Amino acid sequence: MSDYSDYRVGEPIADTKAPTGPIEQRWDQRRFDAKLVNPANRRKHTVIVVGTGLAGGAAGATLAEQGYHVVQFCFQDSPRRAHSIAAQGGINAAKNYRNDGDSIRRLFYDTVKGGDFRARESNVHRLAQVSVEIIDQCVAQGVPFAREYGGLLDTRSFGGVQVSRTFYARGQTGQQLLLGAYQALSRQIAAGNVEIHPRTEMLDLLVVDGRARGIVARDLVTGAISTYTADAVVLATGGYGNVFYLSTNAKNSNATAIWRAHRRGAHFANPCFTQIHPTCIPRSGDHQSKLTLMSESLRNDGRIWVPKAQGDTRPPAEIPEDERDYYLERIYPAFGNLVPRDIASRAAKNVCDEGRGVGPGGQGVYLDFADAIRRLGRDAVAAKYGNLFDMYERITAEDPYQVPMRIYPAIHYTMGGLWVDYDLQTTVPGLFAVGEANFSDHGANRLGASALMQGLADGYFVLPPTLNDYLARNPLPAVPTDHPSVVEAEAEVEDRLNLILSVDGDRTPDSFHRELGELLWDECGMARDEAGLRRALARIPQLREEFWRRIKVPGTGQELNQALEKANRLVDYFELAELMCLDALHRAESCGGHFRTESQTPDGEAARRDEEYGYAAAWEFTGTGAAPVLHREALDFEHVHPTQRSYA
Amino acid sequence: MNLTLRIWRQAGPDAPGSMTTYQVGGISPDMSFLEMLDTLNEELITLGDQPVAFDHDCREGICGACGMVINGQAHGPERTTTCQLHMRHFQDGDTIDVEPWRAAAFPVVKDLVVDRSAFDRIIGSGGYISAPTGSAPDAHATPVPKEAADTAFEHAECIGCGACVAACPNGSAMLFTSAKVVHLNVLPQGAPERASRVRNMVTAMDAEGFGGCTNTGECATACPKGIPLPSIAAMNREFLRAARG
Repeated sequence: MSDYSDYRVGEPIADTKAPTGPIEQRWDQRRFDAKLVNPANRRKHTVIVVGTGLAGGAAGATLAEQGYHVVQFCFQDSPRRAHSIAAQGGINAAKNYRNDGDSIRRLFYDTVKGGDFRARESNVHRLAQVSVEIIDQCVAQGVPFAREYGGLLDTRSFGGVQVSRTFYARGQTGQQLLLGAYQALSRQIAAGNVEIHPRTEMLDLLVVDGRARGIVARDLVTGAISTYTADAVVLATGGYGNVFYLSTNAKNSNATAIWRAHRRGAHFANPCFTQIHPTCIPRSGDHQSKLTLMSESLRNDGRIWVPKAQGDTRPPAEIPEDERDYYLERIYPAFGNLVPRDIASRAAKNVCDEGRGVGPGGQGVYLDFADAIRRLGRDAVAAKYGNLFDMYERITAEDPYQVPMRIYPAIHYTMGGLWVDYDLQTTVPGLFAVGEANFSDHGANRLGASALMQGLADGYFVLPPTLNDYLARNPLPAVPTDHPSVVEAEAEVEDRLNLILSVDGDRTPDSFHRELGELLWDECGMARDEAGLRRALARIPQLREEFWRRIKVPGTGQELNQALEKANRLVDYFELAELMCLDALHRAESCGGHFRTESQTPDGEAARRDEEYGYAAAWEFTGTGAAPVLHREALDFEHVHPTQRSYA
Repeated sequence: MNLTLRIWRQAGPDAPGSMTTYQVGGISPDMSFLEMLDTLNEELITLGDQPVAFDHDCREGICGACGMVINGQAHGPERTTTCQLHMRHFQDGDTIDVEPWRAAAFPVVKDLVVDRSAFDRIIGSGGYISAPTGSAPDAHATPVPKEAADTAFEHAECIGCGACVAACPNGSAMLFTSAKVVHLNVLPQGAPERASRVRNMVTAMDAEGFGGCTNTGECATACPKGIPLPSIAAMNREFLRAARG
């Protein structure tokens, strides 16, 4: 076997689905070119949707409304619990209700620039176009967005932009949008148009005659492994941030669905593009099981600072104004505390590395509301952020109305994911990926309040017409359940679970996960360099080998076995972690959330190298531990010309 | 902190269950209740015993997956979700009882895991506004008075954890159901289905085997999201209004 980092460069990859012509007309043109399925024939088509978050819930409901037979899966006990529910801050839309100069073009521009010029222009423009319809749709569903006294919708600003285009429902926007999608989905479930399988986890993809034709899934209650066939498969299974163990993701969010699809032929794009969110509650000890985000919206009114002096351990109230460094306001006067996430995170790391961090271990910076409380009054601050303040106090036992919050960056979102074309189709025909599971719209850095926008855009508006086209154009004969590909995939899933159970070693799944996560955080986290990435690439195969010798999972596969679920996901995390490190190693430039210390400007900002790396990296799987093949998708910028991002 | 835990263990839906005693040590006051259980489970796995099964996911109090009866109270002594309950609210040497939600409509799946799918079926019976994708008018076409928007939001905060049912001596789902009825019925967008929504949801709720309401108020006291008790009265008014036609 060749060395893993000795990857081969394969044929370039191209998006062949986006029409050429004026960018404003491409989506209209694509929808017009798409073939339609006769409404009477739609019920003959079965579509599998895996995941019930914003993208999956919206897709399942919409496809069912259109008449398709949808079979949908989630590992949670109810589709309402998908992790989209935890998004706090808001959802962007180019409504320009504020008359502050916003437009579809500006949202498009901000998103391409915010993504540090590593996203596809056609996709991003479509996202901006569709954004306005999302707000209409959600209001019609009864989503209780914040409103002004006149009864119209309120908005606020978010990081990386200078307009107020973020619609919100206090600090629970994700919850409210998800419940809207969940309720629409529930209506279709009750009507018999969606067959829902909760507590059921996808463990493999069925590829038959070169097309995605179903999945292998495990009933998490009984342990029964079954195959489900369909005419197309939609993955809406979210991101892979939990590979780091500590992240703001829900504990059970995992990469197994997208990774198994990758192993079956779907290219994985830009895995090293991970987002580290600047405003999370710092960890309190080794027992920490996850990290909690404090919404970026807090940066609208909170001011971030550290002491000017190193090792200043005085309580914050005793540090006079002229001995504080409001470092974001100082370095980036135009955007101040509202710089994009990658910049805010790195700045926090820098001041902590200088020995000016606060709190236990010096791993924190202050987010201070004293000025806002003086200016607006405590009640006004409570009305905007009350639930976030309560959450902070519950976790830390400190009152943020009295004492500044302490925050530190944490893994939050993954821009990378399955490579998809303009139709959101992966390199496996018939396999589509929506929401965070794909790589499409955020480039190397996602702007705040854009994840909800993309999830709902994909699910409600983009996927349904493109999936339609796929189903209309392709002959899809029924797949016999005894087809060799089906039988083989099911057997592989069973074998892997039995193998895990048979080791009977001495280490728990969580102990391996923590170790892998710490390794990634150290070597493939906020700052990366060649030596560290090579260390990680050497260590991961050793960890994997140790896993197969020492893992211990009590119980059997024929019951609810949460330790088995964890161990099985870990097998995929090891392979994914390896690809992330390789991708980070090969991309010897800094861009967005990917910061290579070797590639920075004299004042420490990320230095892109567009000539060499102005592409999306789509990786092809060749075997566990075997060097993958790199396919480059060149990115052309006709409308937003790449410049060094400046938020100063 | 060192603690004695008495935890309900039940191998499956039809297996008999019992309280089992465990000792845990080295518990930090900054741990969440679930992190304390993680510590126990790590020890159990190492010993080759089955870890305690419990539902959990976001661990930040919003997904509604977690929930256990702690010392007789749904979600324990603080008014929050189990994942947001921290060990600083307990004392060194405490004995803590941990049980699943107890309600006829929430059968035990294993240990502390229960089946709450009845809630999904109540929502499916009418807890939505029929607005197929693409059919919506501009978001500003219908202004919503701020008061109505705020009332809708207050009720929409329900996370579907089931604490209200677990806390109720009758195992009633009135607070859960009323939260959704009020959220949608107070909005102009929800008006066309106002009567059918409340009728269908109450019928579904009854069919799932939840008990009736006797105004005990334990539901609202246990609710981690503060859904107000008058929500139930508002649903009753909606139901009577619908019955009168």
